[in-house]
Amino acid sequence: MFEFLEHLGKDTRNSFAKLGRATFFLIHTLTGIGEVLPRPSLLMKQMYSVGVLSFLIIAISGLFVGMVLGLQGFYILSDFGAEESLGLMVAASLVRELGPVVSALLFAGRAGSALTAEIGLMKATEQLSGMEMMAVDPINRIISPRFLAGIISMPLLAAIFSAVGVIGGHLVGVGMLGVDDGAFWAQMQSGLDFNEDIINGIIKSIVFGFVVSWIALFEGYDTIPTSEGVSRATTRTVVNSAFSILGLDFILTALMFGDI
Amino acid sequence: MQHSKTQDTMVGLFVAIGIAALFFMALQISNLGSYSSGDSYTISANFQNSGGLKVKSPVSVAGVKIGRVSSITLNNESHEAVVEMRIEAQYNNLPDDSGASIYTAGLLGEQYISIDPGSSEDYLQDKSKIDITSSAIVLEEMIGKFMLNKAEGK
Repeated sequence: MFEFLEHLGKDTRNSFAKLGRATFFLIHTLTGIGEVLPRPSLLMKQMYSVGVLSFLIIAISGLFVGMVLGLQGFYILSDFGAEESLGLMVAASLVRELGPVVSALLFAGRAGSALTAEIGLMKATEQLSGMEMMAVDPINRIISPRFLAGIISMPLLAAIFSAVGVIGGHLVGVGMLGVDDGAFWAQMQSGLDFNEDIINGIIKSIVFGFVVSWIALFEGYDTIPTSEGVSRATTRTVVNSAFSILGLDFILTALMFGDI
Repeated sequence: MQHSKTQDTMVGLFVAIGIAALFFMALQISNLGSYSSGDSYTISANFQNSGGLKVKSPVSVAGVKIGRVSSITLNNESHEAVVEMRIEAQYNNLPDDSGASIYTAGLLGEQYISIDPGSSEDYLQDKSKIDITSSAIVLEEMIGKFMLNKAEGK
C-alpha cells in the first residue's frame, strides 16, 4: 500500500518536474528565435527538412481525403436530393477540421518524430554538450530554428492539404459523379466565410504547429541519452502530439464555432 | 554551396505553393471573392414573422444579390422582427415605396429577402425603413390552413 502511494507520489513529482522543464525549455526557445532571424540560412535548412520534405505526403493524403469525402458525401447527400451541397460539405469539413487536424497528425509522424530522433541522437552522441563547451548555446543554435520552421510550415501545409482536398472532391464529385460544376463552387462560396472558417482553420494549424514542434523538440532534448531512450522519446512524441492535437482541436472548435 | 542553393529554391517553391493554397482558399472556397468594396448603407424592415431568416442571408432584387441581412432583433412593443440589411452602395436608387418579402430558395432551401421596387421618385436612404412587407411563409402554417379548408369544405 505504501509502495503504491510512493509510486504515485513519485510519478506526480516527475510529471510536474517534466512540465516545468518543458516550460523553461519553451521560454528559452522563444527567446532564441530572436537570434535566428539574423541568420536565415539556419531557418532555410530546417524549413527544407521540416516543410518541403513533408509536402508530398501532405499533398497526396489531402487529395485522397478530399476524394473520399466527395464519394461518401455524394452517396449520403443524394439520398436527400442535395448533391449540389457536396462542394460545401467537402470544403467545410476540410477547412474547419480535417485540413488542420490530419495535416498536423501527419506532420507529427513525418517531421516531429524525425526532429525528436535527430535532437535525441545529438544529445546521445554529446554534440549538444560539445556545443556548450564551445560557448555556443545549443538551444539558440539547434532548437529555435527548428521550432520556428515548424510554426511557419504547419499553416502552409494545412492550407495545401485543404486546397488539394477540395480539388480532389471536385475531381470525384464533378468529374466522376456528375455534380454541377457551378453549384459545387457556388454553394461552397456562399456557405463558407473567410473570417469565420478560413482564418479559424489557419489559427488552428498555427496552434498545432506550435504544440507539435514543442513536444517533438522537448522530447528530443529531454531524452535519456541511450538508443533505447531515443526510441522511447520518438514514440512519446508521436503519441503525445496526437493526443494534444485531438484534445486541442476539440477545445479550439468549441471556442471558435460553439456558443460557449 | 550548390546544395544550399537548391535547398533555398525548394523552400521558396514550398512557401509559394503554400501561399497560393491560402489564396485559393480565400478566393475560391470562401466568400471573400464576392465581397463588396465595403461601401454600403443600412435599411430596415419589420416583419410579422422572420421565419428561418439568418444574419448574412442574401437580399436581392429581381434575383440579383444586392446585400445581406446584418441583424435580426425583436421589437419589444409591437412583437415584430426588425430586420436590418446592408445594401451595397452602388445600388442606391431603390424607390422608397419598395416592398420586402421573405422567400425560400427552393422548397427547403435557405430563406432570403426579395425587394420589389416601387414607383416612387424618392429613393431609400441610409437608416430608412421599408413599410410594405410580407412575412416568411411557414410551411406548417400553410399545411394547417390547407387541411382546415379541406375539412370545412366537406
